[in-house]
Amino acid sequence: MAYEGGGDRGKAERFRAAALPYLDDVYTLARYLLRNTADAEDAAQECYLRAFRHFETFRGGPIKPWLLAILRNVCRAEYARRGALTAVVDNLDEAENTSDGLWSEAQSSPETEALQRLNGESMQRLITQLPDAFREALVLREVNDLSYREIADVTGVPVGTVMSRLARARGLLRAAWLAEEKGP
Amino acid sequence: MTCDEAEVMLHALIDDELDAGHAHEVETHAAGCARCAAQLASYRDLRQALRGGNLRHTAPASLRRSIDRAVPSPAATDRRTLLKGFALGSLLSAAAAASVTLVVLREDRDQRILSEAISAHLRSLQADHLTDVLSTDQHTVKPWFNGRIDLAPPVIDLAGQGFTLIGGRLDFIDGKPVAVIVYRRRVHVINLFVTQGVGSSLGGPRMETVQGFNIRRWTDQGLNMLAVSDINREELDEFGTKFEEAARAARAT
Repeated sequence: MAYEGGGDRGKAERFRAAALPYLDDVYTLARYLLRNTADAEDAAQECYLRAFRHFETFRGGPIKPWLLAILRNVCRAEYARRGALTAVVDNLDEAENTSDGLWSEAQSSPETEALQRLNGESMQRLITQLPDAFREALVLREVNDLSYREIADVTGVPVGTVMSRLARARGLLRAAWLAEEKGP
Repeated sequence: MTCDEAEVMLHALIDDELDAGHAHEVETHAAGCARCAAQLASYRDLRQALRGGNLRHTAPASLRRSIDRAVPSPAATDRRTLLKGFALGSLLSAAAAASVTLVVLREDRDQRILSEAISAHLRSLQADHLTDVLSTDQHTVKPWFNGRIDLAPPVIDLAGQGFTLIGGRLDFIDGKPVAVIVYRRRVHVINLFVTQGVGSSLGGPRMETVQGFNIRRWTDQGLNMLAVSDINREELDEFGTKFEEAARAARAT
């Protein structure tokens, strides 16, 4: 509050310079988490408003994880509002612990070719179909390019959980990918 | 390492998240296990496909404008909009603050390792404790570490490349014992700290300047290497490059 008045302008300028370059990152994560363009835009806007409001609490370091943590909170509020989705979140722990043999499928070189043939649009669709916690970890890693430590901070779980979620996310994605390749 | 462990750890490996020691363990396991090697190759392919797949979305220009309008200087109307937007703010700020603390801590640890390395470097010059074993012979220095520390540091004679080996010693960084190999370039000392699992794994070599000292970090066969000296950046980088070349050559013979 010491910087009320003239300081606000300075704060707004510092915030713009620091945070706006990551709008695409924020919007991208919102798209994958909410699976819907209009909701993603609302969430990104809300994220930036909250981030600006709390900019004093930001103490330096990389700002991208900080923004994505805020965005994630906005999205979770949206999940709660939608109601139906909370059930999916609650079931994650069980889903995480099941082992259904995806890991043990035989490997072959046609698989490699299959992976390479899938286009960006299909990839996005398959990622969107992953369960919440796995989709979130995968997007934070592969699209937002966060480190495990940063993902752990953003999602509020230990680094070991990040690692196992990523392993599971990639296992599921690979299986979905190969199923797609075989065709309906 | 079991296959079950390797199946999860290999993801951290392809994400470059393992420290040098664990990376080495996973690679060693995969080298002797056809199934895990195939998994590793498959997930590397998947990762490459994802990276090449253009999975990012671009925020619409209208969204950018609208945010830009909502975050300006202190007009009363903006304030109202902001407050409305923050009805749910308090829960979040605790979470955001927690995440910020963690991020800061992470930065701190890296900084602490660098600054401890510099302190150790300074101590070695001031307290007449540069070396525990004084020898220009790599075959004397290397075995000296046996039984004193649970790693075998690569000790390499670089006299032909303009860096004289003068000995080795034990030191501590981040509360852990580390092997130090000491070289001299003209009147300048280079302390090469060799650790396992201190600091995170690096992709390639990384140069930094801290408190006026130059630092070059890289990894070698499961070990983290950190060279500190007051020689200039180019010469320290040259030292690291020569060391890596010689280490590779030594392994090839």
